[in-house]
Amino acid sequence: MFASMTSPSMFGDFDRLRRELDDLFGVAGLPTSIRSAAPGAFPALNIGHTPSSVEIYAFAPGIDPARIDVTIDRGVMTISGERPSALPGDDARVNVYANERFAGRFRRAVSLPEDIDPSKVEATYRDGVLRVSVARRESALPKRITVQ
Amino acid sequence: MNDTMVAERQENRQDAGRSEGQAQSRQPQPRGREQPAMTPRVDVLEDGTGITLLADLPGVARDALEIHVEGDSLTIEGQVSTATPEAMEATYAEVRVPRFRRMFTLSRELDGSRIEAQLKDGVLRLRIPKQEHAQPRRVQVKVS
Repeated sequence: MFASMTSPSMFGDFDRLRRELDDLFGVAGLPTSIRSAAPGAFPALNIGHTPSSVEIYAFAPGIDPARIDVTIDRGVMTISGERPSALPGDDARVNVYANERFAGRFRRAVSLPEDIDPSKVEATYRDGVLRVSVARRESALPKRITVQ
Repeated sequence: MNDTMVAERQENRQDAGRSEGQAQSRQPQPRGREQPAMTPRVDVLEDGTGITLLADLPGVARDALEIHVEGDSLTIEGQVSTATPEAMEATYAEVRVPRFRRMFTLSRELDGSRIEAQLKDGVLRLRIPKQEHAQPRRVQVKVS
């Protein structure tokens, strides 16, 4: 899934810079989906589809899978939960030099296509990536019609 | 990845434990074509005995993670892999580059040869201890 998206430009190096610029100047006026969040939102999402399913990948490391809520309501899938902070409370003996990792409550929503079957959803969590696979209805699958 | 590269990495790891002068006199290894990579977000905490570094590396399995210490430089690099159905077409992607990389410079009082690493649910926890002599010590005052 990545190969087609990978560009030779240095996304990684510019990603941080872009985040900082976005914080300063706001996100440029490009049209985006009504439910999309600003870049850098937690968790990052990748979405793909196959003829039989819609696949959503949420890059949400360090979360207890039992505490991730995935709901589908009227064609909108919501992924929400909370990530605990790694920072010590008021321990004066600990100095914090970098605190870039997300902590706190998160919530992201994805509009699903109309042909999905909300009763056939599978969610798995592995290496910090939540994968939600939503089946598409049989009727939506491309069908081969035999010519008599 | 071939065997030569693995051997070379182990050699470098040992180097980190030797004196700094020796490590620096080595020719810098050509690391090949640098591939584009994302910068993982980190938390860095320091206490009396060392530094704890937490890095978000979602989608990086343990065998796809490389932690490399050479002289005073620490490199974390990981390949992102997600179980993807073969016929899948990507429609939207915020994670576009399947690789994380970030480099840090260790300061002199840190002991690069005794770094401990744990990877759980896509979060790497590195513990970099301070050299014995750099750790805070309580000096006993003897009564004469």
